[in-house]
Amino acid sequence: MNPVLKLMLEGEALSTAQMAEVLRMDAAQVEKELATLKAQGVLLGWRPVLNPDYLAENQVFAVIEVKISPEREGGFDRLATRIAKFEQVRSCYLMSGAYDLMVIVSAHNLREIAAFVFERLATLHGVVSTATHFMLRAYKEQGYLLAREHAPADKPAVSA
Amino acid sequence: MSDNSQRFVAKHVASLPRSGIRDFFAVVAQMPDAISLGIGEPDFVTPWHIREAAIYALEQGKTHYTDNRGLLALRKAISTYVEKHFQLAYRPEDEILTTVGVSEALDIALRALLNPGDKVIYHEPSYVSYHPSVTLAHGLAIPVATSASDQFALDPAKLAAAWQPGCKALILNFPTNPTGGVADRARLEKIARFAVEKDLIVLSDEIYAELTFEGEHVSIATLPGMRERTVFLHGMSKAFAMTGFRLGFACGPAPLVEAMMKVHQYCMMCAPILSQAAGIEALRHGWDDVQRMREKYHQRRDYIVSRFNEMGLPCHSPRGAFYAFPSVQNFGLSSMDFAKRLLQEQKVAMVPGTAFGPGGAGFVRASFSTGYDQIIQACDRIAKFLETVAAEKGKK
Repeated sequence: MNPVLKLMLEGEALSTAQMAEVLRMDAAQVEKELATLKAQGVLLGWRPVLNPDYLAENQVFAVIEVKISPEREGGFDRLATRIAKFEQVRSCYLMSGAYDLMVIVSAHNLREIAAFVFERLATLHGVVSTATHFMLRAYKEQGYLLAREHAPADKPAVSA
Repeated sequence: MSDNSQRFVAKHVASLPRSGIRDFFAVVAQMPDAISLGIGEPDFVTPWHIREAAIYALEQGKTHYTDNRGLLALRKAISTYVEKHFQLAYRPEDEILTTVGVSEALDIALRALLNPGDKVIYHEPSYVSYHPSVTLAHGLAIPVATSASDQFALDPAKLAAAWQPGCKALILNFPTNPTGGVADRARLEKIARFAVEKDLIVLSDEIYAELTFEGEHVSIATLPGMRERTVFLHGMSKAFAMTGFRLGFACGPAPLVEAMMKVHQYCMMCAPILSQAAGIEALRHGWDDVQRMREKYHQRRDYIVSRFNEMGLPCHSPRGAFYAFPSVQNFGLSSMDFAKRLLQEQKVAMVPGTAFGPGGAGFVRASFSTGYDQIIQACDRIAKFLETVAAEKGKK
C-alpha cells in the first residue's frame, strides 16, 4: 500500500510536514503522493471528524431506509446516484436485506429533513417507500469514540 | 526520638541499591509538562475485546481463586499460543504455570532453583530487576557486558569468560530491555552449547519476542538439549498491551514447574481471575492487535533512530522491543547529567543508561512507546539540546 495512504489510515492526525518527517520523505513528495491518490480517485477529499454534539445546535442527522424499484438497465445505480446528489445526503449505500438504500442525511432542523423526504425523496419515480430514523446521540463517530479514554493521570512518566 | 527501625531490615535487602529508575522518576515527577520517552510500557490501551472479556467475567461472578497453576482453559490457550508462535510444546496440565506478570515468574524461578550462594549469569545493560531478584533469592548475580558495537547481543566468548565455578543459571532477555538487542539463531546455538557444557539452567525472559522487527525470533528452548534446561518466561504485558493486568507465565519441564508452583502457591496463590479471563481472550483472538501494534513500533523505531543519527546522537537500530539506546559519549556528560540537563533545559525525559547497570554508562534509553507528535517534538528538542551542548564544548 502507498505509505502515505497507510499512514493516513492509521488515523493519527498528522500534518503534511509531519507525515513527511515520519516517512522520511520531502514534504513535496508527500504532496505529490496525495495529488496522485486524488487523481486516481482513491482519496476523495478531506473533512474534519467533528463531535456531533458540537454540531447539534444547528444540525440534525437522520438515517432513511429507502425501498426503490430496480430498473431493467442499470439496476439500482441510476436512481441511487440521483438520490445521492442531493446536498442533504451525506452518504448513500445499497444494502442487502429489508430495504435497498441507506441514505444518511443532515439538515439544519427536523423540518428541513421532513421536507426533503416528502418533497424530494418520496416523490421520485421509482422510490417505493421511505422510513426515516432521527439520530439521537452519537457514541462513536467514524472510528472516534466520543467517551474518550485517557491514560490515567497516575500512569508513571518513567517506568522500567 | 530517633527512628532506628532500619535495624530490623534484612541485610540482603538493606544492601540492595535503590532502582535508578526510581531516582530519575522523582526528578521527572517535578516536571509534569515534560515529554516522556521514559515509559517502559505500551502506550496503547488494551484492545477492547480483551477488556470486554474481563468485564464479562466480572459480570459472570468470576471473583474467586483459581487453580494455583491458573485456569486450565488459560493454560491450554498458552500451550496453543506458545506452540504456534515459538515452536515449543508444553503440556497445559503440568508444564505451564500462570503468574502475576513475568516479574513473579522470574522471582519464583530463582527462589525455586537457587541454593544460597549459587551464581547466576545475566547480560547487562539489563532490565532493572534481574540483579536484585537474584540477590533476594540469596544468589550471586554475575553480569556479562554487552556492547553497542555488537548491537547488544550476548557474546558467547564473553559469557564463557564470565563463567566461574558455582554458576548454576543464566538469565537471557531477547529482545532486550533497554537496548533492543536480539540474539540470532547462530549465536543462541553457541550459547546453548555452552549452557549444556556447563550444565546451566536457562531462564529465558522473552516478554518482547512478538515485538521483533527484523529476522525471526528464536527461543533458546527450541535448540538441541535446551528444553530440559530452560524455563521459558513470557506474559501478556508488552505484545498485548496488558501491563496493568499483571499476567505472565512460565513453561518448562514438569519438575521445575512443580517446584515453582510450590513457591507460587504459598506466596501468591494464583493470578487474578479477571486477568486470566482477559488472557484467554487475548491469546485466542489478539494476534491481529499484536501485529498492528508491532507495525506502529516498527515505524516509530525507524523514525527515531534515523533522527538520532542525523542529529549526531549515535544509535544502533534496535531489532526488537520499543527502546532506542543511543550513545551520549560524544558530549562530555555522564548519562545521568545528560538526562537531567535535557529534562531541565528542553523538558524531554529519557532514562539514563546507568539505571540498567554500569554497562549502560554513556547511553540513555528512549522509549518510542508514545505517539508520533510527541516523538517528533521530543526529537526537535533533543536536537536543540545537542546544539547547546556542542557549542559549550566548542568554547572549552
